Formats: sequence, structure tokens, C-alpha cells
Amino acid sequence: MATTPNAATPTDFTVSPRSWLRRWTGADEIAHFITLVAAAALLLIAVLLVYQLWTLSAEARAKFGWSFFITKTWDPVAGDFGALPFIYGTLVTSAVALFIAVPLGVGAAIFLAELAPPKLSSSLTFVSDLLAAVPSVIYGLLGVFLLVPVMRTTVQPALKKTLGFLPLFRGPSYGIGFLTAGIVLAIMIVPFVLSVSREVLLGVPRDQREAALALGATKWESTWKVVVPAARIGIFGSVFLALARALGETMAVTMVIGNNPKIAASLFSPGYSIASVLANEFSEATGNLYLSALIELGLVLFLLTFVLNGLARLLILVTTARGSGVLPT
Amino acid sequence: MSSAFPLMANSGASAVSSTTKSTAHTPAMTTSGANALRMKVTKINFYYGKNHALHNVSMDVATNKVTAMIGPSGCGKSTLLRTLNRMHETLRHTRLEGEIALDGVNILTLDVTKLRRMVGMVFQKPNPFPKSVYENVAYGLRINGHEGRLDDAVEKSLRRAALWDEVKDKLHKSAYALSGGQQQRLCIARALAVDPEVLLLDEPCSALDPVNTAKIEELLFELKPSCTLVIVTHNMQQAARVSDSTAFMLNGELIEFSTTGHMFTTPSDPRTEAYITGRFG
Repeated sequence: MATTPNAATPTDFTVSPRSWLRRWTGADEIAHFITLVAAAALLLIAVLLVYQLWTLSAEARAKFGWSFFITKTWDPVAGDFGALPFIYGTLVTSAVALFIAVPLGVGAAIFLAELAPPKLSSSLTFVSDLLAAVPSVIYGLLGVFLLVPVMRTTVQPALKKTLGFLPLFRGPSYGIGFLTAGIVLAIMIVPFVLSVSREVLLGVPRDQREAALALGATKWESTWKVVVPAARIGIFGSVFLALARALGETMAVTMVIGNNPKIAASLFSPGYSIASVLANEFSEATGNLYLSALIELGLVLFLLTFVLNGLARLLILVTTARGSGVLPT
Repeated sequence: MSSAFPLMANSGASAVSSTTKSTAHTPAMTTSGANALRMKVTKINFYYGKNHALHNVSMDVATNKVTAMIGPSGCGKSTLLRTLNRMHETLRHTRLEGEIALDGVNILTLDVTKLRRMVGMVFQKPNPFPKSVYENVAYGLRINGHEGRLDDAVEKSLRRAALWDEVKDKLHKSAYALSGGQQQRLCIARALAVDPEVLLLDEPCSALDPVNTAKIEELLFELKPSCTLVIVTHNMQQAARVSDSTAFMLNGELIEFSTTGHMFTTPSDPRTEAYITGRFG
């Protein structure tokens, strides 16, 4: 690559013997090499990961085939394994988490980026960034000791009374379950939504705000109809980041979800998630099939993350094309 | 018409103050002729924090005329322009003293969104929204609760901005697909859509090539019968070409304000002469 200019004009320039060396010491080639290695390493890690999950789950894949995805039983004693309850638990808790965290996080980001005085904004952002760094086991403890009793005695009875006509809010109040896990997850991912969304909102050029204000828009009209739409793609990005964390979150969910592989319409019901079952049962898995089934669950989680991210990207493409009237043609 | 506004409104205590000193602001305007003066700036001082950016500036903006502001960078001409529709309030720690009247009413007493609908603004860099051409023009109409057919209003604004023929086939394409000059005229169309009485232009041609600059200048002439225009420009030739009266500013002071013909042929102040003959700035 580096020799092409010389090859094109062979006679006009005398290539000094030092030029090759100079190009190396001039860092271009070195930087190119180092960054290439870094990028390749990432790809390699991903490939290795899938390869390992794929080969180690061979036994389970051979035995259950596609029915692994739709089987509801998880019986290590009988050697009967199905992923459905865990997929369900993972998706439901993540959905509950996003349902709560997105409005909260985006709302807070709009306040901090657009409306709050700069000092308040930066100090609250600092607090939010701190929350993002708290280990998940701490959130789990918070869930167990604070949230679960409150859910059992107050929140769940109240929901039953008001929204009990929905199948989502029926059944006995255990405190633990999908809803509690979803709420703990929501608390954990709000800082991600907030931090990224705020950065994106602050990145919208000032002239866009001024254009709206100069037309007689109020501060809120300029924020909601110009700044937020302009930042939409970045806000979506923050949501996916949060979703990825919610799908894979292990410790905090394990502590409050109830660890019971069942599928129930009620959010009050105990359940199980993929990451939780891996954490709980991996060390005590006896027999190759049991281990292999757990590893296949890991593969499923990997695929789930992959597919959801793909769908999300598709959603961005569709909504940006339609919502703004701006087609990338 | 040109005799209706003072030939020279020097900063500091000068003759202009006598017309407004004794009377309350509303009748003051009617005596000086409601038709002739759209805006009247009276002895304003402006501060960015502790930085005193405008010193005792007084200026008139004549109805359906083009008023130009010239001066070297940092002289306060853009600041003065931005006070006319209170855009300075979007910045923190700013302070405005003195009085600015629009049709005889102090603009500080008006609702700011109402004021900005009456006094529109076009910025230095074209800043269309990342939406379609149509949506850009419709934005102002929508937020102001436009009644009637949006399509007609959009077409009318684009025609007024001399852009309709160029964009009528791509109304629903991205505004960013337009050229820089077209984008700037789109921004003018967007501002015109809410039918402002005054249009403020902050160096609208500084990012454009000569051909597009000429188009904008031509557009200013076409808008004059229906709109009062105030333009800040770096370009003295542009001020000479498009404006009816010109204000020369230096270091936050208004040095000289007179008809453009007068200013560029027989400037009263030696500093004005030095600037327009290119000895500095």
C-alpha cells in the first residue's frame, strides 16, 4: 500500500533509503497496524465466544434440536431441558425495565440538558454516573431488603385493586417475581439512558434551538419539537445500550426474580431468567447433558441480544426515514 | 421618506434624546410618525456578564426599508441585532438597559414568543431543521396554530423567498439536500411563514458564494414592500447595495447613523471614513 505512489511515478522522485524507515517512525504504519490489531482482536473474541458456545452445547443441541426453544420443562433429574421459561423471564423483565426506565431516563436527560441550570445539571449527572458504577449485587441487596417487602405489602395489593382487571396484575403477592426484577433492572439502567441521552441532547447544535426560538417557539416547543427529534437516533442508542445491559444482568435479577422456571401472565409471579439460571446452576451441573444444556442457554442469550439489537437498528432506520421526512437517498 | 429619520444619531447625549425624553413611550412613536418608524432603539446599554458590549446606542428602523449595520468584528452589531427580538435572552448572564420599541410598544413588555413572531430572524449559517423542505417552512406555522391550508401557506412563503421554482419538486426531500444558498433562502422562507413585520438578518451571506449572495440581495429588494429588514453585514459593498440607511458601529458604540448614500459619500465622523475607505477593519 505504501509503495503505490512510488510505483506510479517511478522516475521523478528519487526514493531515499531512509524514506521507508521514516514512514515507519512517522507513525502512520505503526498506528495503522496497532489499531488494526485491536479491531481484529475484538472480532476474534466474538468469534471464539460463539465457537465455544456452539461446540460445548453440541450434546444438548443434538438431543433437543429446535424444540429446546419451545419446551417449558426444566428438569435436571429427568434430563429434560427446555429454554422457554428462561427466554420468557429474560424478555419480560427487560420489557418491564425499559417501560419504566426509558421515560424516566429520557425525561431526566431533557431536564438536565435543556432546562436545568448548568451547575445543577453537572452535579446531578455526576450522581447519575456514580449510580451507573454501583456493582449490581448492591442493587440486588437493595431489591431484597427494600423493594421486595414494599412490593409485597403495598405496591402489589394496590396494583391489584386498581389494575387487577388486567391479567398482568393478578395472583398472590410474593414480593419477588418478574415485576420486582424489572423494577430493579429499571433502576440499574436509568443512569445509562440518562447519561447517553443527555450527551446527545447537548450535542444538538445551538443554531437549531435559536432557529425555533426565533420563530416564536417557547422553550418547550423548541426542546420537544426540534432538539429531541434531532437527537432521536442517539436517544435510541441509549435505549439499546440499556436493553443490552438489562438482558444480560445476572446478579441483581437472580436475587429478586424468584428463580422458578415457570411461565405466567402475571407480573407478580416468580420466574427465572437465562443469566440467573446460568449463575445458579452452572457450578452444580452434574452430567454432560445438563452442562451442555446450560451452555446452549448461553448461546440463546447471545442470539437474543444479537436479534434484538438487529431489530432495534431496523426500527431506527424505519422511524428516521418516516418521522423526519428525510430519506437517506 | 429619508428625511423622516435622523441623519445622524450619535452615541452619548445627542439630539435624538429630546424627542423621547419628555413623553411616555407609546405616544412618542405616533408623534414621530407611525408609518415611518417600525422600531426605535433608545439609549440601550447591553452587558454580557461584566462585559459592557453596547454603549448608549440609539437607532431607528424605518418601515419597509433596509437598515444595515456595519463595523469590524466584535463591534456589537450582531449583539444589537439580537436585542431587537430579545434573542439575547437565550444566553445566560446578559443584561439589557434602555428601551426598544416596536410600533411604539416597549418590546420588554411583550410576550417574548409574540415578539419573535413579529420580529423574525435569519442566522449567519444556514440552519434548516433536519426535516423535509416542506416541514421546515411548516414548523413556524404549526407552532403558531396556523389555521387554513398549510400547503398554500408553505407555497406562498417559498415563493416570497424566491425558492419555490427550485424546490417545488422536492418539497418532501431533506432540507440538507439543498445547496447552501438554497438552504439560506429556505431559512428566510421559514421565517417569512409566520408573517413577521420585521426580519432581522445576521450576516446572511457570509457563508455563501457571490452568485447566491446576489440572489439573497435581490430577494431583500423584493421583500422590502412587505417587510421591514435589518441586516448585519461584514461587507460594506453589500450594505451600500442593499440598504437605505446604515449604522456604523465601533467598540460597542454607534458612531454614525445616516442614509446609506450619505454615509458612503460624505461620512461625518473621521472613524466612519477610515472604516469605509478600508483603513482598518
